[in-house]
Amino acid sequence: MEKIPINRLIDFSPVDGTGNRFAIFVQKCPFRCLYCHNPETINECSACGVCVEACPKGALKKESGAIIYDESKCVGCDTCLRVCPNLSSPKTRYMSVEEIESRITRVRPFIRGITVSGGECALYPSFLEELFIRVKRMGLTCLIDSNGAKPFKDLEYLVDLCDGVMLDVKAYDDDFHRKLTSKSNAVVIENLDYLLSKNKLEEVRTVILPKYDDQNRNTVDNVSRIIGNKSRYKLIRYRYYGVREEGLKEFGKVIVDESYAQALAELARKNGCVDVVIS
Amino acid sequence: MEKTEVMKIISDETLTYAQQVLALARLAESYDDTLKRNPLWIKALKEGKVCDLNEGLAPYRPRYILPDYSILLEKGCSFLEIEKPKNLTELCFDLLIFYRHVPSITSYPVYLGNFTELFMPFEDEADNPSTKEVLRLFLKSIDKTLCDSFVHANVGPNRSKLTDIILDLTKEMQLAVPNITLLYDEDVTPRDLAIHAVDVMLATSKPSFANHKKYSSEHSNCPYAIASCYNALNVGGGGYTLPRLRLYKISTEAKDADDFMNNVLPRYVDLILENIDQRIKFIVEESSFFKSSFLVKEGFVEREKFTGMVGVVGVAECVNNLLGIENKAFGFGHNEKAEKLAYEILSKIEKIVNEHKGLYCSKCDDKYQMHAQVGIDTDGLDDAPGCRVPVGFEPPLFEHLTLESTLHGFFPCGVGDIFKFDQTWSKSKDAVLDVINGAFRKGLRYFTAYSEDNDVVRVTGYLVKKSEIDKLTNGEQSINNCTVFGKGAKEKGRALDRKVYGKNSD
Repeated sequence: MEKIPINRLIDFSPVDGTGNRFAIFVQKCPFRCLYCHNPETINECSACGVCVEACPKGALKKESGAIIYDESKCVGCDTCLRVCPNLSSPKTRYMSVEEIESRITRVRPFIRGITVSGGECALYPSFLEELFIRVKRMGLTCLIDSNGAKPFKDLEYLVDLCDGVMLDVKAYDDDFHRKLTSKSNAVVIENLDYLLSKNKLEEVRTVILPKYDDQNRNTVDNVSRIIGNKSRYKLIRYRYYGVREEGLKEFGKVIVDESYAQALAELARKNGCVDVVIS
Repeated sequence: MEKTEVMKIISDETLTYAQQVLALARLAESYDDTLKRNPLWIKALKEGKVCDLNEGLAPYRPRYILPDYSILLEKGCSFLEIEKPKNLTELCFDLLIFYRHVPSITSYPVYLGNFTELFMPFEDEADNPSTKEVLRLFLKSIDKTLCDSFVHANVGPNRSKLTDIILDLTKEMQLAVPNITLLYDEDVTPRDLAIHAVDVMLATSKPSFANHKKYSSEHSNCPYAIASCYNALNVGGGGYTLPRLRLYKISTEAKDADDFMNNVLPRYVDLILENIDQRIKFIVEESSFFKSSFLVKEGFVEREKFTGMVGVVGVAECVNNLLGIENKAFGFGHNEKAEKLAYEILSKIEKIVNEHKGLYCSKCDDKYQMHAQVGIDTDGLDDAPGCRVPVGFEPPLFEHLTLESTLHGFFPCGVGDIFKFDQTWSKSKDAVLDVINGAFRKGLRYFTAYSEDNDVVRVTGYLVKKSEIDKLTNGEQSINNCTVFGKGAKEKGRALDRKVYGKNSD
């Protein structure tokens, strides 16, 4: 039975798609976004042990080359995440579909579906397929939250199975995308077209950045033209919380103004995007 | 020289005239001692093991009265010389007249009717441009003349245009009175109305949601309504009296959990049932209400539809004490043993209450009913309201709702809890409604929520304005009788410090 690294499970999430949803955050992401607000999901734990020494509650220990995490001792101070030199978390657990399914069963009356996020969940397509088949049997919906790094056209079965994909388009300009994420956006844009053609685009998200008005406009203008009235477009205001040092250096310890985001939302609406939301 | 009780009231600059009159009346009521009471009850009162909620010693009306307003619609009221209303404006005026003549423990009407049903005959006026203004004046008049947060109206379970207008006005006007409950059944109530209600609730802490599927199935003979805080009582009836068992204090008398269950607790349940019998006998046989009130004579209420209410508080502290748990962080709400014991204790009380033949309550199967009382300011931190988890120790949202859903079954005449949400939830009304639907499917009876930055906030079961509490703190008067309770609950019971649920809901 396949097990994948899970960073976190959230019983009730009001922010990962429509309605109340069970959210699954997988570990590992091919992008290195400067403004990532949960950078501890980027890499798998290398068991270096730096966090073991730093934990003030003795909740971590190193045993035969692996970090063992004792949840009962953890007070959630996040010191381990702050000291990790590897953009990872010692609290990551390898879990099977069955284990996750039983957690979902517990909260089932309260949710309308699940959302798989990360990290990048498209790194684990066969796991997701198995999970979605079971979750669908419970009468729940399945959403994928993805940065679009992996081509969805190669995952057609998964795309057909899910109820929709919430896709990040971090930048329309490829050079800027490389600067932000360390990778090209060619596959992301391809995914945008593909998911539209499959009618599976639940939402597109762009983080609105401080100091990069041209890039913000360029991305919002192009994306809104592409999606038109076929998908919700969510403009996420950059917030400095959780952003690591290199990101703070680039974007500052600021929160993007609502009024600035509103102006960009207006631009998207002019391009025919009906459902534009700001968060 | 120390001031007399009368002088204290009439010289208190923070009391309005109306509040002084009521305080003087309460004082008079508590001077009489015609009402029979068991000396053991009086001893328990002094020890704080039971509480009479200052209902007085000479009750001259039932505590909660829920008139059947459909009679006003059909026939008018001859005592008040009101004829059957012909349009919405007339109905609003008729109701405002009528409300002034509905007594209760607070002397204000605790039930204003179901606005959705009452206004239905005039639904075609909804599109009339003046209708919203008529309803605005109606609501404003209620807030400024019935100055008490236990004044309560219902809406739903069906939708009407007039209901939507009332909800819009509720959000716009930001008034503490009336309290409002939506009778909600996900299979009956249109989703649009439910989402509208969630939006208004998050913005102004009302309406709350009552589990209509559950309550209506328990009231197949006589329709129910939600009155006062969250009390589910018969329409055309109500609650005679509501003394309380303070379970924490009672538990301090027990050697251990077994002693509590088998000896101590049953004694106090017997005592409270006897006290309820005595009070009901007095209200029905000695006072004039059921003999001469126009409400009775014209059929707006019927004696046998009333019942006695057995109030319960301090479940959490009681089980923590019996299990020797000193740190609340590891007690009820976070501890299966504590929760199992709570279940057993409530089952025990329920059994004794159900075996007792109640007086003058034949339309409630001759039974009194358990009520998870919301607490009063003087409870401080000794007794959490009803079966709630103590303030500051609320578990993650899912666990919290699951625990409460399990225990709500014990309280057919009212129980509820308040959930405080941050912006991430108030922006996702669908998610809040999913949570309500889930909780109701699991058996939760009553759900209410508000956003952390509202001015109108729900204290324990009633609404007050934070800005009005500030007035009292500054030695000024507050028009609402309940602001002073809110101030006390805030200062002594940390009632406004409920945990805020954010995007991770833990």
